[in-house]
Amino acid sequence: MDGGAQEMNELIVIFLSMALINNFILVRYLGLCPFLGVSKELGPAVSMGIAVTFVMIIASLATWLINHYILIPFDIQYMYIIVFILVIASLVQVIELFIKKTNIALYSAFGIYLPLITTNCAVLGVTIINMMGSYTLLESLVAALGGGLGFTLVLAIMAGIREKLELADTPRAMKGAPIALITATLLGLAFFGFVGIV
Amino acid sequence: MGKFAQEFAKGLIITNPVLVLLLGLCPALAVSTSIDNALGMTLAVLIVLLGSNIIIAAMRNFVPSITRIPIFIVIIATLVTVVNLLFHAYLPDLHETLGIYLPLVVVNCIVLGRAEAFASKNPVVRSIADALGMTVGFMLALLMISLIRQMLGTGEMSVFGVHFFSLPVLSSRPVAIFILPPGGFLVIGLLLGLFKWTGVLKR
Repeated sequence: MDGGAQEMNELIVIFLSMALINNFILVRYLGLCPFLGVSKELGPAVSMGIAVTFVMIIASLATWLINHYILIPFDIQYMYIIVFILVIASLVQVIELFIKKTNIALYSAFGIYLPLITTNCAVLGVTIINMMGSYTLLESLVAALGGGLGFTLVLAIMAGIREKLELADTPRAMKGAPIALITATLLGLAFFGFVGIV
Repeated sequence: MGKFAQEFAKGLIITNPVLVLLLGLCPALAVSTSIDNALGMTLAVLIVLLGSNIIIAAMRNFVPSITRIPIFIVIIATLVTVVNLLFHAYLPDLHETLGIYLPLVVVNCIVLGRAEAFASKNPVVRSIADALGMTVGFMLALLMISLIRQMLGTGEMSVFGVHFFSLPVLSSRPVAIFILPPGGFLVIGLLLGLFKWTGVLKR
């Protein structure tokens, strides 16, 4: 196998691992607040997922550059928590302003979710995972894309199930968050089936 | 002193951060595979929450309200960095097992939530009471979840290497699903349902 193919394989493994095997919501428990909050209807769930994926990719790019061109040369990697959270918070603001000015339809579709993303652990999570795994720039971007798409997938599946659950005869005590968490258990078990694929 | 006790007590049950407000679910589920990890995470949250509540309450009159959120985030991130370095130096094993969930305390909704909802409007002493109450509430929830998960998932009752007892059947045939990720969802889902059903916690 030549070098290029091996590199490609590596990227596919990272993508599948982030999207399915180590799914952000079901396995790493990251991003549970939006998972419980906006997974009641399919439309908003998908918009939220896409917004998160988008921010994850941009944040991974920005934090990778900062890590490699500022933190490592100055030997101040221990500052990463402060730097990363500030970068993400300001990025979200910039993206929000940019979308508001350029594409008002897109803004009304997922603009309201953007402020919530700042404190979404999945975004900070992916940047820390990239840093701890010493991923290259390309690997970081693939990891962010995989993580984001996996997040969107689970959010969408969950929203589909919860739309039906609303109509089901759930015991009163289990309505709302408890039954959503039980559903997540079953989804998580189903996702265990992906463990063997790489 | 009555006020202090009151602020402290509300975090335990009435507004328990995890079980009632559903805040900080990520760490609650991620680290509740064993009692050791649950206590380690509680220690981290205690230091960060207490520190941030004290600092934010002390400077609440100087912080312009328009820039308060970034200021709170920087304060919290600094404290988390300190805790991260302290754990790395003095509790390396715990630092290893908590992994990315230790730096992620910075986006734990409980910490920023208390800064915004309580410490930025109340004096220092009451903010300390609030932080302690919330931490103990967090600890109670985490202990409850991790006790169930550790007992069913490993069959052993041991804390920090001290072995107390083993459950008869479970220790030879543990129900491993409870220490795997889906088990966390199952335990907290059933607990929330149980509390709602018995009406212990009003939501």
